[in-house]
Amino acid sequence: MAAVSLDHVLALAAVLFAVGFVGLLTRRNLIVVLACIEIMLNAAGLAFVAAGARWGQADGQVMFLFVLAMAAAEVAVGLALAIRFRQAMKSLDVDDADRLRG
Amino acid sequence: MLSLLWLIPALPAAGSVLLVLFGRRLGRGGTAWVGTGSVSLSAVLALLVCGSFLAAPPAGDAYRQVLWTWFDVGGFAPAIGLHLDAVSIVWVLVITVVGFLIHLYSVEHMERDDGFTRFFIYMDLFVFSMLVLVLADNLLLLYLGWEGVGLCSYLLIAFWQEDAQNVYSGRKAFIVTRVGDTALIAGLFLLFTHYHTLEIGQLMHLVASRSPAPDSGVVLAAGLLLLGGAVGKSAQAPLQTWLPDAMAGPSPVSALIHAATMVTAGVYLIARTNVLYTLAPDARLAVAIVGTVTLLLAGFSALVQRDLKRALAYSTISQIGYMFLALGVSGWEAAVFHFMTHAFFKALLFLAAGVVIVALADEHDIFRMGGLRRELPAVFATFTVGAAALAALPLVTDGFYSKDLIIATSLGSVDGGAWFYVASLIGAFVTGLYSFRLVWLVFFGARRTEVSRRPRWRQLVPLYALAALSVTGGFVWMPAWLGGFEPLRKLLDTALPPAPMEGAAAHFAESVGAALITILVVAAGVGLSYVLWMPRRERTQAFAAAPSVQPLVALWLGGWGFDWFYERVFVRPVKRFAHWARHDLVDHVVGGIAWLNLAGWRGLSAGQNGRLRGYLAVTGLGVVLVLAVVVLR
Repeated sequence: MAAVSLDHVLALAAVLFAVGFVGLLTRRNLIVVLACIEIMLNAAGLAFVAAGARWGQADGQVMFLFVLAMAAAEVAVGLALAIRFRQAMKSLDVDDADRLRG
Repeated sequence: MLSLLWLIPALPAAGSVLLVLFGRRLGRGGTAWVGTGSVSLSAVLALLVCGSFLAAPPAGDAYRQVLWTWFDVGGFAPAIGLHLDAVSIVWVLVITVVGFLIHLYSVEHMERDDGFTRFFIYMDLFVFSMLVLVLADNLLLLYLGWEGVGLCSYLLIAFWQEDAQNVYSGRKAFIVTRVGDTALIAGLFLLFTHYHTLEIGQLMHLVASRSPAPDSGVVLAAGLLLLGGAVGKSAQAPLQTWLPDAMAGPSPVSALIHAATMVTAGVYLIARTNVLYTLAPDARLAVAIVGTVTLLLAGFSALVQRDLKRALAYSTISQIGYMFLALGVSGWEAAVFHFMTHAFFKALLFLAAGVVIVALADEHDIFRMGGLRRELPAVFATFTVGAAALAALPLVTDGFYSKDLIIATSLGSVDGGAWFYVASLIGAFVTGLYSFRLVWLVFFGARRTEVSRRPRWRQLVPLYALAALSVTGGFVWMPAWLGGFEPLRKLLDTALPPAPMEGAAAHFAESVGAALITILVVAAGVGLSYVLWMPRRERTQAFAAAPSVQPLVALWLGGWGFDWFYERVFVRPVKRFAHWARHDLVDHVVGGIAWLNLAGWRGLSAGQNGRLRGYLAVTGLGVVLVLAVVVLR
């Protein structure tokens, strides 16, 4: 199996992060927003793993485990927020939550 | 005893401060006690102090009490010092005694007024300021009192401030007198630049010792500037227009401030600085001309007024015109004498008018009064005494002695002349006409308005007291042909130069013949007024309403058009300019800063739209930009 170069993996991570970020900015459904955040987290995780493999260190993989654990916690909190959001706003459209205006 | 002098002004000041601090807790009774009590104590003290002064005159016939140094800047150290001499004695006694009677009267007059405490605060403050004015030993302290009485006058004219017209009258009085005050302070500056002191005795000594050679121009200018101040405060032509409008204030205010005391401050000032005028004949002549013109203008205006208090106001202007005429012909003592008698009878007239106006439920129009002789007999009696004194009814009124003295001085003094004499006789004739016109119209004829309130003792006692003073006040200076009992003259001789009565004219002026002429003129005025307004009242009114006479009546009613003229020449242009100046360049700069802030706020506020996606996008953009800068640098 030909080794995938670090540049390619980082490029993939960047593209994934960008996809997630653009989704975060453009989508209004709260569930999709949460999914986009997951994509961005995984992009970061991918970068960690690739960097760990490049320098032969285990730290990258350890960090990814942290990211996974954190993502799980985030999903729990995020979905709970989504339920509260739905109850408060009678919708899942994030633009309905604009009471924080000046 | 003399060392208690400082207490005389201090007591009313303390009363005023007490009322400011505790007026609400004291209630009406307490307020009346503090307000009137402080002035009555001051009056008793003034009688004691002046009595001991007269019993044992101090050295130099003047007592000076320096309390402390006001300030000390660059060699100029005016003292808070009091100066008591014959002139200030007359003023202090009149201010405190008449002031006390008027305060007592006010307790009843103002009893239903919401501003009872405020009224006594202002009145006590006024008495204090006026006493400072007449007791000051330097011109700067005098100026402090001068401005203090002006302030109190403003506050009390606008006392019923719910009515915009009253407030306007107050402002008018304040601004018109301010014109004169500016001249006065300019005069003080001029005197200080040349003589480096404002202490009156020292200043007069310096002026007298250095004149006439190098300083005659300065003395003349100072005399004219001081005259300007006196003209404003004493409502003389051409600054007399504020006094008739000042009648918007309560009647006791008109009696105390706008008849008896404050408006004679100008007379006091000129009598006090008589050295200046002695050395500047042109300034003296100006004083005499101002007085003569004013006494005639105001006399004719008083003749046609419908408002009782306005008629009295014009008569006040006219009588002060007599005082100025006396000053102008070097009859300093005659002016002081007339001030004293005028204070008695004019305060009496205003207080009686106040009772009448309140009794008729705030009716000011004399043509709707009538027939009050039986309804208000005490007021009728006292008002008639006052009117008789104003008209200078011979022998039995104080006004006769002082006015006859002025008329005699205007002819007999070396500065006098036939013109002044004739003018003062015409004035005496007109005074007889208008003073008794009020008596006939208010107290005789058919009753037109119901009497709703009658005076009680607090109003009656001051009326009787002032009526008694209006009769006896003149006996302190009898003319030579009546025996020449003249203690007042002997007293005033210690502080003022006697009138220079010389030559044949003086001989005639002081004779019985001249007095008989005065008596005849007065009698003719009073007699004609009886004919015009008693049996022939309807015909007189028809005559005054006739088209050929109407313009003249309207001119007199409006005070010879001075108000009309000032309104067009000064008031309206200033108002127009002020309106225009509201939008000047400075406003644009200041407004621009405000606008800039507002626009910035709008821009920043627009970003805070509450959409977190937007914030995130901007944050992301920022991160990308920072990264780009870091990476590509």
